[in-house]
Amino acid sequence: MLIVISMVTFGIFFVVPQWAGSTPEALASRYVGRAATPETVHLVAERLGFNDPIVVQYGRFLKGIFVGAEYDYGAGVEQCPAPCLGYSFISGQPVWPDLLDRMPVTFSLAIGAALLWVVFGVSVGVLSALRRGSFFDRLSMGTALAGVSLPIFFTGMVSLVVFSYGLGWTPPGGAWTDLTENPAQWAYNLLLPWITLAFLFAATYARLTRAGMLETMGEDYIRTARAKGLREREVVVKHGLRAALTPILTLFGIDFGLLIGGAILTETTYTLPGLGQFAILAIRNQDLPQVMGVVLFAAGFVVVASFVVDLLYAVVDPRVRLS
Amino acid sequence: MSENEPLLSVQNLEKHFPVTKGLLKREVGAVKAVDGISFDVFKGETLGLVGESGCGKSTTGRLVTRLLEPTGGKVVFEGRDITHMGQGKLRPLRRDMQMIFQDPYSSLNPRHTVGAIVGAPFRIQGVKTENGTKKAVQDILEMVGLNPEHYNRYPHEFSGGQRQRIGIARTLALKPKLIIADEPVSALDVSIQAQVVNLLEDLQNELDLTYVVIAHDLSVVRHISDRVAVMYLGKIVEIADRKRLYTAPMHPYTNALLSAVPVPDPKARRDRDRIRLTGDVPSPLNPPPACRFHTRCWKAQEICKTVEPPLEELAGGHRVACHFPENAPVAATAEDATKA
Amino acid sequence: MSFLDVKDLRIHFPTDDGLVRAVDGLTFSLERGQTLGIVGESGSGKSVTSLGILGLHKGGRAKISGEIWLDGEELVGASAEAVRGLRGKKMAMIFQDPLSSMHPYYTVGHQIIEAYRIHHDVSKQVARKHAVDLLGRVGIPEPAKRVDSYPHEFSGGMRQRAMIAMALSCDPELLIADEPTTALDVTVQAQILDLMRDLQREFNSALIVITHDLGVVAELSDDILVMYGGKCIEYGKADDIFYQPEHPYTWGLLSSMPRLDRERTERLLPIKGSPPSLINVPPGCAFHPRCPYADRTDGRSSTEVPDLAPTERGHLVRCHMGRTERRTLWETEIKPVLETQ
Repeated sequence: MLIVISMVTFGIFFVVPQWAGSTPEALASRYVGRAATPETVHLVAERLGFNDPIVVQYGRFLKGIFVGAEYDYGAGVEQCPAPCLGYSFISGQPVWPDLLDRMPVTFSLAIGAALLWVVFGVSVGVLSALRRGSFFDRLSMGTALAGVSLPIFFTGMVSLVVFSYGLGWTPPGGAWTDLTENPAQWAYNLLLPWITLAFLFAATYARLTRAGMLETMGEDYIRTARAKGLREREVVVKHGLRAALTPILTLFGIDFGLLIGGAILTETTYTLPGLGQFAILAIRNQDLPQVMGVVLFAAGFVVVASFVVDLLYAVVDPRVRLS
Repeated sequence: MSENEPLLSVQNLEKHFPVTKGLLKREVGAVKAVDGISFDVFKGETLGLVGESGCGKSTTGRLVTRLLEPTGGKVVFEGRDITHMGQGKLRPLRRDMQMIFQDPYSSLNPRHTVGAIVGAPFRIQGVKTENGTKKAVQDILEMVGLNPEHYNRYPHEFSGGQRQRIGIARTLALKPKLIIADEPVSALDVSIQAQVVNLLEDLQNELDLTYVVIAHDLSVVRHISDRVAVMYLGKIVEIADRKRLYTAPMHPYTNALLSAVPVPDPKARRDRDRIRLTGDVPSPLNPPPACRFHTRCWKAQEICKTVEPPLEELAGGHRVACHFPENAPVAATAEDATKA
Repeated sequence: MSFLDVKDLRIHFPTDDGLVRAVDGLTFSLERGQTLGIVGESGSGKSVTSLGILGLHKGGRAKISGEIWLDGEELVGASAEAVRGLRGKKMAMIFQDPLSSMHPYYTVGHQIIEAYRIHHDVSKQVARKHAVDLLGRVGIPEPAKRVDSYPHEFSGGMRQRAMIAMALSCDPELLIADEPTTALDVTVQAQILDLMRDLQREFNSALIVITHDLGVVAELSDDILVMYGGKCIEYGKADDIFYQPEHPYTWGLLSSMPRLDRERTERLLPIKGSPPSLINVPPGCAFHPRCPYADRTDGRSSTEVPDLAPTERGHLVRCHMGRTERRTLWETEIKPVLETQ
C-alpha cells in the first residue's frame, strides 16, 4: 500500500509534468532559480538525473526516503539524510525537518479534537438512541445535522468572532505554545480549534452511534442480556455499545489518519502553524518537494492508521480473527 | 422419449467449494457440499430429498437447475446433457425446469406487483399468449388459489401462505415439466403448510408435473413424495420408494432420523424406544473418511472407518450405502457380510 | 396458590395503526416440576406472553395488566428493579436462535460467568469453575476448553446447549423456552428435548415451552395451552388436548399436519385462510372466519367473544358451540378421520 502511494506521488510530481511537456531543464530550473544560465540548468538537470529513465529516477527517490541521498549541485556535495524528501524550492531547506517542526501542532490539534469528538459524539449518540424521539434526541440530532452541514471555515470564523474578538474568552488565531513550555497555555490556545474541529466530527459520530445503537439494541443478544437480569446500564454499555462501536472504530482510524496529514481548514482558519498550513503554503508557492513531502506523509499516516484499525478490529470482533 | 427413460438423470454429481486462506487466496481445502451423487427422476413422480443442514440437499437443487456450476458429474435432462451448457442454450430449458424457494418473502421483489412477478417469465422468455399476458397471469393466479383481481397488489399485502402461492404461480407460468422445490413449506405456519402441500399435489395431477422436493421435515416429505433419497454430508445414503423407506429403512442414519422426529402423541413418548444420535453433523469441510456416518453410528465397526460402502440395491428399487444395513433381506445381508 | 399464577394477563401495544392486543386476557398456572406447552401460530401472542412474564415486553409503550404471581410475589405491579433481580435468578429464558441470542464478541464462558455473577457475589474464578461445570452438565465435551470459545465456534446444537447452561446458571425455578429447537436439525432437536427433560427433573423447575410444533409439545408437556389471536382457546392436560380436543382450531391443527406415526393419507386437511395478524383480530370469536362450524352459532361467532368454559372433562375451551355438540362432532367427524391417518 505504501509502495503504491509512493509510486503515485512520484508519478504526479515527476512523471506527469514531463508528459505535460515539461522538459528536464524546466524541472531543474525550479531548483536553481530563474537567474541561472541555461548551461547551469542543463548541468543541474543532468546531475539530478532528470534525464534518466523513470524507473531509475523512482529508485533514487525511494533510496532517498529510506537511506538518504546526496545532491551534487556542482558546488560541492550536499548530504540529505534519510528520510530525504528533497529540498524546498523556496527556502532551500530540506523538507523533512520542516515537517517535523510542524508535526506537534497538528498532533496536538488532532489528538485533542479526537478525544473531544469521540467522547461527545458517542455519548450523545447513545443517549439519543436510548431516548429515541425525545426532546433531547431531536435537539441533538438537529444540532448534529448543522454540525455535518456547516463547513469548518464558517463555524471557525463565527466562533473566532464571538469568543475571541467579541467576548475575549479565547486567544485570537495564530496563538501557539508548546506543550512542554506551558501546558495550560497550550490547552488554552488550542481550545477553540479543538471545539470547532470536534463539533464537525462529533456530529457525524453522534449520528452514526445513534444509528448503530438503535440497530444493536434491537438484537436478540440484547434481549438475552436483559433476560439474565443484567442492569440496563450494563446492557447498554457492555452489550450494546460494544457491538455498535465496531464500525465507528474503522471510521475513527481513517478520520484520525487524515487529520494527522493536516487539518487544513482548521489550521488555516486559526492560522495555526501545523502541517495543513504548511501544505497550503507549499501549494501556493508551487514548492513541489514540500507538497510532495506533505502528501507522502499524510498518505502514509492514513495507511498506518487503517492498518492499526484492522489489527484493532480483530481484537474487538473475534469473528474476524478466524476468517 | 420412452416411458422408461428418466426426465432427469443425475450421475456422480459433485460440487466442491474451494476454501481459501490468507491474502493470496491459497486453496487449503474444499467443502465437498455434494460429493458424487446419482439419482433418476421419472416423469410424473415426486422425488423427496431429505437430510440435515450441511448434507448438500439445497446445493443439489441448485446444481440440477444450473444455478450453480457442477465441479464434476453429469446432469441429464430429457436425454440432453446440460451439465456445462452455456447460459444462452440453457435459456429455453429454464422454461421446462423451475425452482420454488423457501422464503416466500425474500424471493419476491417487493417493488413489483403480483401481475409483474408472475408475468415476468413470459416477458423474459418472449412468450406470446393468446389473450395477452394479463389474462394468462390471472388464469394462473386462479389456479393457485389466489384472487385474479389481486393482479395489481404488491407482495407485502399478502400473507405468508399467499406469498408462497405467488412463488408457485411464477414457476407455473411457462408450464414447466420439472419443478425443484427447496423447502417449499418450512417457512409457513402449520395450518398453512397443508394448504400449500395440497396445492402442489393438485397442480401435479392437473399439469402432469414432476417434482424434486427438498426438505428437512420428514413427515412432509413422506406425504408428498413417491420416492425418497436421504442425504448425509454430500452423499446419498439411502434411496427407496416412500413406503419402503418409511416402513423398513435400511440405513442406520435413516432410522435415527425417523426415530428423532417428535410425534404429536403424548402417550407415544412414554412407550417409544428411541435411537439417539450423539453429537452434531460433522463439518462438510472435513467429513469423516470412508462411511461418513461412522462417527455417530452405533453399529459402526472397523470396516466403516476404512472402506466406503457403495450405494447398492438390496431390494427392489431400494438402494443403501451401508456395511451393516437394517431391515435388509436375508440374502442381501449375507452377501454384504461376505463381501465385507 | 400455584408456583406460577397468571391471571387475566393483557399486554397491549399502541401503534399508529391501532391498538395491538398481543395478549388479551390469559390465565394459567404452573407448579414446580411441571411443564406447560403454549402452542400457537405466528401472531398468536405466545412469544409476547413469555416476554411479559419476564418483564421484557418492549418498552414503556406497552400496557400490561392483570396479575403474575411467581412463588407468592406479584410481578405486574412490582418495580422494574425488583423484576430485574428475579430475571436470570428465579426465572430464566432460552431463546429460539442460539447464534443471534448470544453476544458475538464475548466467549461462551464470559457470558455464563456474567449471568452467574449478576446474582452471586463470587470471584471470577469461582464463577468460571461453575461455568465449566454447567457446560459439562449440558453435555458439551471438554468443557474446560470450550468455555473460552466464542459462540460462532460452536455448532448449532452446542450453542443451544450453551444457551441452556447460561439459563440454568442460577438454578432458576421457572424456565421459559421459546421455540428452543426450531432452529436445530432433527437429530439435534431430539438431543436437546431429552436434555431439557432430564434437566427439568434434576432441577425440579417449572418449565414453559412455547412452540408451533405439536410434536415438541407432546414430547415435553404436562399441560397445554393453545393460543389464537392473543387469546387462549383451549387449555388442559396434554392428554385432553391430544385425545379429546374440543376446539375446532385444535382439531384443525391436528388434522392439517402430516404425521409419521400414522398411515399416510391421500390428502391433508388444512384450515382454510391464514392466521390473523394481531393488529386485525376478527371480532367475536377470532377463529370464526376460518371455522367450518361458524354457521352453527346463530350468528354469535362474529359478534360475541365466547367464554373460556370447562368441558365435561374439565379442561377449558373457548367456543360458542355447546358441549354436547362439540363432543358429537369430535366423536363422529374429527376423531375417525384423525385415527385413520
